[in-house]
Parts: sequence; structure tokens; C-alpha cells
Amino acid sequence: MAWFRRSKENISPDSQKKDLPDGLWEKCPNCSEIIHKKQLEANLWTCIKCNNHFRIGSEEYFNFLLDKNTFKEMDKKMRSNDPLEFEDTKKYSVRIQETIKKLNLYDAVRTGTGKLNGIEVAIGCMDFSFIGGSMGSVVGEKLSRLIDKAYKNNLPLIIISASGGARMMEGAFSLMQMAKTSSRLARLSEAKIPYISILTDPTTGGTTASYAMLGDIHIAEPQALIGFAGPRVIKQTIGKDLPKGFQKSEFLLEQGFIDIISHRKDLKSNIYNILTLMT
Amino acid sequence: MAKTVLDFEKPIYELEAKLEEMKNLSDNLDIENEIKKIEDKVKQLKESIYKDLTRWQRVQLARHPDRPYTLDYIYSMTSNFVELHGDRGYKDDKAIVGGFASIDDYKVMIIGHQKGRDTKSNLYRNFGMPNPEGYRKALRLMKLAEKFGKPVITMIDTPGAYPGIEAEERGQAEAIARNLFEMSRLKVPIIVVIIGEGASGGALGIGVGDRILMLENCWYSVISPESCSSILWRSWDYKEQAAEALKLTATDLIEQKIIDRIIPEPMGGAHKDYEQISATLKAALKEELANLIKIKPEKLVEQRLEKFGKMGEFIE
Ligand SMILES: [Zn+2]
Repeated sequence: MAWFRRSKENISPDSQKKDLPDGLWEKCPNCSEIIHKKQLEANLWTCIKCNNHFRIGSEEYFNFLLDKNTFKEMDKKMRSNDPLEFEDTKKYSVRIQETIKKLNLYDAVRTGTGKLNGIEVAIGCMDFSFIGGSMGSVVGEKLSRLIDKAYKNNLPLIIISASGGARMMEGAFSLMQMAKTSSRLARLSEAKIPYISILTDPTTGGTTASYAMLGDIHIAEPQALIGFAGPRVIKQTIGKDLPKGFQKSEFLLEQGFIDIISHRKDLKSNIYNILTLMT
Repeated sequence: MAKTVLDFEKPIYELEAKLEEMKNLSDNLDIENEIKKIEDKVKQLKESIYKDLTRWQRVQLARHPDRPYTLDYIYSMTSNFVELHGDRGYKDDKAIVGGFASIDDYKVMIIGHQKGRDTKSNLYRNFGMPNPEGYRKALRLMKLAEKFGKPVITMIDTPGAYPGIEAEERGQAEAIARNLFEMSRLKVPIIVVIIGEGASGGALGIGVGDRILMLENCWYSVISPESCSSILWRSWDYKEQAAEALKLTATDLIEQKIIDRIIPEPMGGAHKDYEQISATLKAALKEELANLIKIKPEKLVEQRLEKFGKMGEFIE
């Protein structure tokens, strides 16, 4: 759950708008290249100069991964009922309401079915913009239903993760979503239905320690932060600076936890290729 | 055993000290009535303090340094315990212990987090914070139990999975995820007991089962009150509020239908009477085992899937 502290450093396309005159230009947070929005979009929100992968949401992923007009969304309006009546500096119920209004998203994951180069798939994609992509009851339930859809209809499953971990404001309910989704995936696996997990920046905490790390195949975007504990917590615990590149996709591939690092522009063809070989 | 007195228990200990003093005097003086009065007062004070513990106070009790740990329960409840070591891949993680044992007529595999009692043993046990090889050792033992048709009992007591460089290098997240995945399909009964602290994924990593038991003064949640305070309040000072907000006690969790059964502790906490708490837990485990071993493996796995499938609340 590192999203709170990190949110200031997270330079999302939105927060850059203010600095640039007409809102048509974005600045690459990595190399500072100024890129026209149209060009950035055409490049699937990756930097034309340094290949930096901007953080994007479910809408963008569904658009470029799925064939036109094939996405059928499931449980679109499912939302949190604030089971603990949680309150910190703000009421969780208010936080939820405000976020829904601001983002026009109901929670941190969207799920459904669609076609990927003609192959029918069950697909879920997390939205990091929704309370740090945190996993509470809604994320757990929507993903569980998606996994069951894949199970019942024999559809390959794809989950794209972007998450700070389990959602604190739903306490133990959030924690249990890890077990809930993992047990569903175990049944899917027994049925020999492929599951491809796509890990994007960032994927940490309870999300990594459940469905994101349980794919038959793990594909990560370049330079994505992927881990269990957040870097700040580790640094605090050991009292030392972390090695360069620690917890990045490339590091995880070397350690043996990622199969493929894929540029976003190759993601669709990579998934397609694997699915045709596996099924 | 060294006495550790929690802040809210001080009035009790002060009064008890006074009582002790008077008893020493009573050889010479006739103050039996006075003593009786104070004894009653101690009793009343204890009842009033321990009856309505706040969530934060229960967190403190869950972490009490005198509290029984996994090996204490294993030694008091079981016989023929054979401790098994290592994940067969990297090393033997001392923060998780386990092995075959008998609980009267039941042969079981028993696995749990293990904390230390002093600086030396805590360093040895890594304060009960496993590395990936700890979860992999636990999984190895569970698979062994499955192979030989023995029920699994796990005991949760951890401040969390260890957040270190090597833990990340060796795949802390993957190790925990793998356990959730495998435990959900294990074809023998699994009983989970939260005996102390149940912090997040590090706890859940051995926490998927058919029956979830929790000792009265424990906590189990997605994050510790301190970390929650530091993230949501941006200060370490709101741990009490965070504990309240997280609703992380046994009574909270039974309402949330996340645990199945609360194991009552002796007044003042499990550490006040090792024998009593072990006997209570042993009896409960035997009851649960008797019920679970009657269920066919396929049915057990199906019910487990449904059990966790129901957890969570939302609006459609
Ligand atoms: Zn760039």
C-alpha cells in the first residue's frame, strides 16, 4: 500500500497537463521529452525517445489489446459498501464516492470478455488511478467472477495488474481477497485453461502475492516496479540504500519470476502468440 | 518467567504488590479482613479491565512477550513431535517450524510461525518474519501431509513476511501466492489457528483452511495498526485509531465471517496460564478434527473454495 506516499512522485499524464499550455502536450517523466498527445497515444503511451511506459488505465489497455467492439464488460457497476465503516482523515465512503465521480470508474478493476486477434478471452485490467489500484472486496469479487467465467466457458484468462496491494480500508476483507482469487485460479489451473498475468508499473503487496504471481506465463512491461514489500519499507527495515534496478521487471526476470518483458506495442502479438502455442 | 506489565494492567499489578506486602505482614498482625477486601478488589479490577479491552489493548496482548508461541503449543498439546527442516531448495527458515506429531489419537502435520523470547532467539527466529523459504518449507510439509493423508494444523503468529532485499530476490510474493493457490486445493483437512499476530500476507501465507480458529486476544488484518497509521494518517501516532478502524479482533472477525471460532483465553491473556490455554485449544482442535476427517477430500476442497468465495462485501 505505498500509493499514498508515492502519489506525489507519480507523474501521471493528468498531473502534467497543468504545466503545459494547451493540454495537448505531455512531458516524459523519465527523459523530459515533450510529446504531442496524439503521438503519445499512437505510441501506446510510451515515450518516443526513451521508451518509458506511461501509466495508463483499463480503457487504454482494452482498446489496444482487444479487437474493435468486442469487449463485453461484466459487473460494471459493482462498488464498495464500506463494510468496516472505515474512517481515517477522511471517511472511506466519501473517498469512494469522490473517486467514482472523478474517474468515472467504480473500483480498481474492470473485467469482461473480448476477442484478441479473434481469440475469445476473459480479461481483467486494474486501474492504478482508483485508490492506488488497491484490492478490496470489489476487486476480489470481480476477478473471482472473471476467473469463473473463464473456467465455465473454457476461455483463456488475462489479468493486467497495476496495484499498490490490498486496500487498507476494508481490513481483513481485503486480505481474504488474496485467498479468494488464488483459490479460483487453482481450480482454473486444474482445468488446464491458460492464464497470462501481465504485470505493469507498479504491482506490489497483496496483488503480487496472489493472482499477479500465479500466471502460467508472466509478462511484464519494461522498468515496472514489481515486488511484495514496497521499496520504502525495505529501505526502512534494512537501513541501507537499495541496489539500482532492484524490484524492476528486468531484475525479476533475472531472478526467475518473469517470463517475458514486453514493450507495450508488442503486448498483443506476444499474448496472441503464446495463446496459439498453448491451446 | 519475567513479568511484562502492559500500561493498562498497571493498576492490577500495583494492587497485587500491595496485597503481597500485607500478606507478609499478616504473620504478626491480625489483618485478615483487610487482605480479603483487597483480594476482592483485585478480582473486581481484573474483571473490569479485561472485560472491555479496546482493540489496541488486544493488539498489545497479542504481542505480549510472555505469550505462548507455536512450539509451546506443540510441546504441550502433542506427543512424538518430529520437527522437519528446510524447503529443499535454499535453506531452513527458522521463522516457521513444523513437523509430524500426535494429538492424542490424531496424527497431524503441525506448522506455525515461531517468534523468539529474547534478543538472541529473536534474531535466530527473525522475529517470526519468514523469508520465501519459510513459506516453501511450509508448503513442502503440507504436501507431505497430503501424500500421507494427514490433517494439517497451522498456527499464525507473525508481524509480517520479512521485507528484505534477499526476500524480494527469492520471490516473497510468489512464495505466498503459491501457498494460497496450493492450500486451497490440498486434499486433507486444514485447521488454521491465529495464536498471536496475524499481519497481512505473511500470515495468510499459511492461513488458507477449512476452519479458522482465533484465540481471544489476537489480531488479524491486512496491515498492522502502526503501518496503517503511518500511511493513512501520515504519522505513527494514530495506532489506536487505526486499530479501531481496522476492526481486527476475534469478535470483529467472527462478525465479518472471516473466522469460524473464538478460543477463550484465561483472564488477562494466554500467557497467564499455559496449561489452561493449551487444554482449551487441544479440545477444540480435537473437535474440529473429528468433524473434518469425515468429509471426503473432493468435498473438502469444494467447500474451502466456497468458504473463501463468500468473503467480502460489495454493492451490485
Ligand atoms: Zn522519455
